[in-house]
Amino acid sequence: MHVHFLDPYRQRSSPIHRLDPRIKLILTLAFILTNALVPSGAWPVYILLLALLISAEMLSELGIGYVMKRSALALPFVLAALPVMFTMPGASLTSLHIASWTLTISQPGLERVISVALKSWLSVQAAIVLASSTSFPDLLIALRALRVPRLLVSVFGLMWRYLFVLVDEVLRLMRARSARSGESGQPGVRKGGSILWRARVTGNMAGSLFLRGIERSDRIYMAMLSRGYDGEVRALPLPALKPYHIAMLVILLVFFALILAFAFLVWG
Amino acid sequence: MILSSTLPMHIPDGFLSTLVSLLLWLMSIAVIAYALKRVGADLGERQVPLMGVLAAAIFAAQMLNFTVVGGTSGHLMGAAIAVILLGPWAAILVMTCVVSIQALIFQDGGLLVLGANIFNMGVVGVCVSYFTYQTVKRLLRGKTWGIFAGGFTAAWLSIVVAALATALELTFSNTSPANIAIPAMAGIHALIGIGEGLITVGALAFVNATRPDLLNTESKTPAGGKAVWVGGLLFAFVLAIASPLASSFPDGLEWVAEQHGFLETARDPLYKLIPDYLIPGISNTALATILAGILGTLIVFFVALAVAYTRRKRSV
Amino acid sequence: MHHSIEIENLSFSYPDGHNALRDVTLKLEPCEKVALVGPNGAGKSTLILHLNGILSGQQGKVRVCSMDVDKQNLGRVRAQVGLVFQSPDDQLFSPTVYDDVAFGPLYQGLSPAEVDQRVDEALAAVRMQEYKQRVSHHLSVGEKKRIAIATVLSMRPEVLVLDEPTAGLDPRARRSLIRLLDELPITMLVSTHDMLMVREIFPRTVIMDDGCVVADGPTEDLMNNTELLEAHGLEMPGI
Repeated sequence: MHVHFLDPYRQRSSPIHRLDPRIKLILTLAFILTNALVPSGAWPVYILLLALLISAEMLSELGIGYVMKRSALALPFVLAALPVMFTMPGASLTSLHIASWTLTISQPGLERVISVALKSWLSVQAAIVLASSTSFPDLLIALRALRVPRLLVSVFGLMWRYLFVLVDEVLRLMRARSARSGESGQPGVRKGGSILWRARVTGNMAGSLFLRGIERSDRIYMAMLSRGYDGEVRALPLPALKPYHIAMLVILLVFFALILAFAFLVWG
Repeated sequence: MILSSTLPMHIPDGFLSTLVSLLLWLMSIAVIAYALKRVGADLGERQVPLMGVLAAAIFAAQMLNFTVVGGTSGHLMGAAIAVILLGPWAAILVMTCVVSIQALIFQDGGLLVLGANIFNMGVVGVCVSYFTYQTVKRLLRGKTWGIFAGGFTAAWLSIVVAALATALELTFSNTSPANIAIPAMAGIHALIGIGEGLITVGALAFVNATRPDLLNTESKTPAGGKAVWVGGLLFAFVLAIASPLASSFPDGLEWVAEQHGFLETARDPLYKLIPDYLIPGISNTALATILAGILGTLIVFFVALAVAYTRRKRSV
Repeated sequence: MHHSIEIENLSFSYPDGHNALRDVTLKLEPCEKVALVGPNGAGKSTLILHLNGILSGQQGKVRVCSMDVDKQNLGRVRAQVGLVFQSPDDQLFSPTVYDDVAFGPLYQGLSPAEVDQRVDEALAAVRMQEYKQRVSHHLSVGEKKRIAIATVLSMRPEVLVLDEPTAGLDPRARRSLIRLLDELPITMLVSTHDMLMVREIFPRTVIMDDGCVVADGPTEDLMNNTELLEAHGLEMPGI
């Protein structure tokens, strides 16, 4: 049983897939940064950015529906920003009367909440396109190019490799637990045991996961030793960047900068 | 399938101001760089496979749950158990891995705000856990249940203090008002922290029963451990004081922010490039929105054409 | 005479006191293929871990390819003795198959071009060339076992040591692995329970039990000695 659903990478031969992972990572970060810097109330800019995003999604052949569905992940957190609608000072729009409280929605507050929601939604979609169009080994190359220390990158690699193995184990542990979670059928006997007991059982499962992990890491270490590992992290040099990719990077970065400049000039 | 840890602590992009994100990135990078230097001294050659597998284990363990009441369930974040099993530096790196992979691959937490998430869960969570665990164990020197008391308190505090840090960051970014965010985050996580504490104790009990040697780090204080201990104390102290202060002065915080230019209120644009109304009756913003809409649609339309054309060419 | 593997009077006890190896003597000549059999707990895996210095005995000597297995020689020893462990999941720890097979040559300090060549060579030897860019966790157990062998072959070792290579394989994967082991022109020591495989491709068999070598000789003779087999918890399946 393999936990394939965990891997968001979808193999296609689209221009986005073929773009160098280093370029893709930088562009994704630049897009998210552009989003973050857009001033409050600059709706047209968001529309342009959304258009760019949808174009990228189409080019990547991932399916716009797929990306939008996954982007719903970020939305629940918007609840944290909602109260700002009521507390930010500014011109008031409407008032809500709930019981004995009067909540006044201010215009800057509403703008802020919608801005936050938009920024967040656009950024998540960009991250989804990145993760779905770039295989994990390629993402590691991108991280190395960003000067992430080799030690950390190799830990990432190992974590990824064993993620599926351990998630498999966790699912099996939970399945075994539910297979033993029956009802006695006796009237008046409440099933489930106490909360404390349930928490302890869960903790035991976590403990066994960690223990088996530590012992597995010993075996991996032996396998590494058997192939000459001496503690130092070594890797092959990164391939050179093709000029086409560099050109794409520059063009899009300039585009983002122009959009931002426009946004600042008009909306401050 | 719930992939996220379902702890409301992974901040998505767009919720923190760029300044706050940048500051926290810088702090996280500094701590990670130092941890990378130190972890070799603690773990030796086994560090890479050990940290890699345990990062995977913590990620997987975050999927574990137990029903608390009705539909709600308790979960694990894992900073405390990581510290107890691996020591502070490895724990910081392991939590960095977990939080980074969650953001990069599963979009659980943003990329620009990743520095903040790493800081809250990896640095604050780990330091506070370390400080608490060491202190409680030392106070209860000799008693075996010191491990469990220390583990529970460390786990609980790691969640609460990390939540306070998250709330303060949201407040300083003007995304959430202090007088609501701070008590809400603190309150919710005080409850969630109990779940973390219980699961941590369960895990410690298991390890203590099967491999007690893994918990016996009495003798050696890891290199730089003092720094982590002090850091943990400071985080807990500062956040505990700052939070009630901030939440009792909601306007005050904004007043402070305004004075120092943190707020992103609509100011007058730098230049008056365009007169207020290009077309009488339609505000400039509305006009720009319409134009942007048209432009955006054109972009998407042409890209769609290009994609359809290349697809047809390929299938011929 | 140059022996590929030379173990003399090796004794080893684990830290918890368990006496795992008692005065073990074993010699392998170049290109010999030897099967190591015995019940669980006989010390087979412990013995194997001595061959590349992961464990070192308290008494006795271990030499591989005319080198003493001690602290100074560990690097060279590990390049000469390719150890393949039982669980392929613990052996394939890199993101891609290429990375895993390249690990050994990379650590030996070879140039990128040489590393590339070694990877191609090793994958060709196990007939898995198309798998270069695959991600290990998507592969079947049989495929993983072959790649695990490739990960040590890329170091061009003189000796190949395998722990339970056919365990957990379905008949087709098993058949394909047996054929592979038969064809590899290399000194081989294989610890296994698969008696049919032993009879098929290993001319010499060593039986271990309770930390000692209790028999060492031509496979045919040992297999026909049912009393000997039964005495040490072994049996020959079928006729």
